[in-house]
Amino acid sequence: MVIRTDTALAPVSLRATGATRRRLYVQALFKGLFGLAAFLTVGVTILIVLSLLIPALRFFSEVSLGEFFGSTRWTPLFEPPSFGVWPIVVGTAWTTGIALLVAIPFGLGVAVYLSEYADRRVRAILKPFLEILAGVPTVVLGFFGLFLVNPEIVQRFWPIGTVSTFSGLAAGLVVGVMIIPTVASLAEDAMTAVPRGLREGGFALGGTRREVATSVVFPAALSGIVAAIVLAGSRAIGETTIVLLVAGSRPTLGWNPGDQMQSMASFIGFAGIGDQPTGSTGYLTIFAVGLLLFIITFLLNIVSIRIVRRFREVYE
Amino acid sequence: MTSVSPEQVATAVALRSSTSPRRRVVDAVFKLFLWISVGVALGTLITLLIDLITEGWPRLNSDLVVNMPSARPERAGIQSAIFGSLWVVGTTALISIPTGVSAAIYLEEFAKKDRWYNRLIELNIQNLASVPSVVYGMLGLAFIARGVLSFGFTVMTAALILTLVVLPTVVIASREALRAVPNSLRHGSLALGATEWETVYRQVLPAAVPGIATGTILSTSRALGESAPLLLVGALTFVTFNPEGFDSSYTVLPLAIFRFISEARIEFRPLAAAASVVLLIVLLGMNSIAIFVRNRFEKKLR
Amino acid sequence: MKSRTMRLMSLLAVLALLLAACGDGGAEEPATTAAGGGELEGDIVIDGSSTVTPLITVAAEDFQIENPGVRVTVATSGTGGGFEKFCVGETDVSMASRPISEEETGICETNAIEPVEFIVANDALSVIVNPGNDWTTCLTVEQLNTMWGPEAEGTINIWNQIDPAFPDQAMNLFGAGSDSGTFDYFTDEINGEEGVIRTDYNPSEDDNVTIIGVEGDVGAVGFLGLSYVLENEGRIIALEVDGGNGCVAPSAETVIDGSYVPLGRPLFVYFKAESLQRPEVAAFARYYADNQESITQTALFIPLSDEQAAQQQAELDEITGD
Repeated sequence: MVIRTDTALAPVSLRATGATRRRLYVQALFKGLFGLAAFLTVGVTILIVLSLLIPALRFFSEVSLGEFFGSTRWTPLFEPPSFGVWPIVVGTAWTTGIALLVAIPFGLGVAVYLSEYADRRVRAILKPFLEILAGVPTVVLGFFGLFLVNPEIVQRFWPIGTVSTFSGLAAGLVVGVMIIPTVASLAEDAMTAVPRGLREGGFALGGTRREVATSVVFPAALSGIVAAIVLAGSRAIGETTIVLLVAGSRPTLGWNPGDQMQSMASFIGFAGIGDQPTGSTGYLTIFAVGLLLFIITFLLNIVSIRIVRRFREVYE
Repeated sequence: MTSVSPEQVATAVALRSSTSPRRRVVDAVFKLFLWISVGVALGTLITLLIDLITEGWPRLNSDLVVNMPSARPERAGIQSAIFGSLWVVGTTALISIPTGVSAAIYLEEFAKKDRWYNRLIELNIQNLASVPSVVYGMLGLAFIARGVLSFGFTVMTAALILTLVVLPTVVIASREALRAVPNSLRHGSLALGATEWETVYRQVLPAAVPGIATGTILSTSRALGESAPLLLVGALTFVTFNPEGFDSSYTVLPLAIFRFISEARIEFRPLAAAASVVLLIVLLGMNSIAIFVRNRFEKKLR
Repeated sequence: MKSRTMRLMSLLAVLALLLAACGDGGAEEPATTAAGGGELEGDIVIDGSSTVTPLITVAAEDFQIENPGVRVTVATSGTGGGFEKFCVGETDVSMASRPISEEETGICETNAIEPVEFIVANDALSVIVNPGNDWTTCLTVEQLNTMWGPEAEGTINIWNQIDPAFPDQAMNLFGAGSDSGTFDYFTDEINGEEGVIRTDYNPSEDDNVTIIGVEGDVGAVGFLGLSYVLENEGRIIALEVDGGNGCVAPSAETVIDGSYVPLGRPLFVYFKAESLQRPEVAAFARYYADNQESITQTALFIPLSDEQAAQQQAELDEITGD
């Protein structure tokens, strides 16, 4: 046997040649294009922040932060204007609070039912209905709230105080129903992700379905459930059309949810329809409130991510 | 056949009756509460549908979709809104789907997950998905309708704004679809000498198409029902013609409904209900198509 | 890969078909021609007062039926909002429920926009209450001022504060927002100065909100143009107003003969002089002038008096050089 030492030790080039080189160029091209698309999404956030920040800064050069957060009179579109933001922040709190009071119990109830109690046939019917409810446009829900929920249900049955033709209460209820599918589907995802073994252990220890659902599955899925609630909450905070149509346009700072009220988002919608000219006080006010709204939902999102991370560690 | 000993029977009886009556009552109450929850959700939906159909019944005829908006309620219809929605949502889909799917492909197939910039992009998309849609309207007002682009209140403005609204959802849905493709497919292709791009183009993407299609149809249908962002860019105008270009004035179905609600004459209320029914039918149709695509084509992967 | 390409192609084909269908839908041959002759084409952009909108939409709609090549859009940004866009040249026509102000004229001048004023109808700015309101059918201007003036904010909330004979019923106020000419006119006449008003009422550019609000509450009160009252008979009632000469109910007659004071007013439309040079815009103005009686009747507005109508025709002749 002859061992040739020249070929065995000759270095082999790993550089691509010919067709392979072309293929790699094509890959680099597409990688670049797609990467561009992905980076564009970062650009969107930058644009949002810029579009809010620039007019908002101009606003605050004319209106002091002290007045914005110190006064309780919100009349930016009247002469002389007042820029105390609390009435619309409180309005937002009312509508969101009522919405969550509806969506959390009933949304979680639906989720537990779907995940722990329902058989396949029921699920096959129920889930599409929930998706339909989730897809109802907000303007249609506004119609429903203004012409049916408020006059026929809220005004008739609400026992405390008077309910106006436009009420924050009806708006909150309708927004609540709107976000039930959000809570339900995300919470259900979290619950079905809990390993079967945990459940079976619970049953083996003599637990009823309820006890397993509430003491075993629910805590195990807690991070996902909390994330679901926070996401639904931020949707409720940002809801514009329903509140605009149903709650009226008079910012109030009181204790009666049956009264008219204005939220941050519905103020933006209200002022925006009126088509403020660029650079006017009304125009700048829209962006100042928008910035506040964006900051609030952004913070909520970060809180939700933190909570998910923290609770997830404990159970997995 | 094994016989059961008296001790076993006693244990079984003891276990059964250890579920105290109190526990069982709580069980029943809990179950009732769950049924009530389902009832609230379904009941509201059904009430809504019944209300819309009964109020809108007198105007649910071909005139509704053939007629243009009118100051006279007897003559009013939604033709310009239907075509406006077609134009706006169609353009939105044309822009958002390629962009969103491309971004998803990059994030799933090419990006190294530990790089900081890639994690930033992921975090950013999650954040964008929870921004209220009215904020996108404000972006549109500041930079698209006026400001830098100054497109005015036209179809293109609306399409660009709605693209931004649905883009995060398109990316997330497409990523899910790509993730569902088993890795064995990728590994096999790479092992046979294909580049990563060729693997994506020839193996992963075709397998993920049904999931991507479902996700994009659902995202686009969301664009169809949006009202808040377009309120800020002047889509509440009285428009009695169909769009004839991207720079045309327009109106869309949700805003035509908004306009009907805002009309003082009570004869417009059935029109608002009827138009809502039309919108819901279209949305239902799109969702059904999406689900059909998912069911029909997803079986092949298994 | 092939199925994906095919799917993409078919999607594009469907979209293309739809776009083509839309294009064909717009280009119908006009059956008749407008005054002036020939096939008219072009865009007319109209914006402004919510009070005048119902009137102009009727005109715009009928005009477009006769001239399908012309596209007219009518937006409702309020009298003030309309002028702001008009004076930077964004619109051809501005609808207003009060005359253009000096300040607005000045802004228009700096942008080389020349407004041409036309009176299109008359209006009785009406004060409305719920049909269940059985304690008053007439209010004096002083009483209205007590109710709506800035000093009333937070303090005047009950009807018997207006007149001790009225019951102890809570008041709920609705009306036009600050961008509205109706707002400007009402505050000017009732509170003595434009823009001066209590701010704790429910403002809206959308008069339907005022109607719904007043309809839904026995103690509610609001103000808006007469056409909205006539369109919604039975849902709300217009009060008589005592401007110093006794209680006068708002109606076409009392406005034209001048007895409904101080809330009888003309309604305006301002054309951009430059736009009037375009045949389709001039045709629209002419169409309105020729048909103003039937248009105002359809829209339930108070038509022009004979002198006003004659003046309108004369102005138009002068501008279009007929």
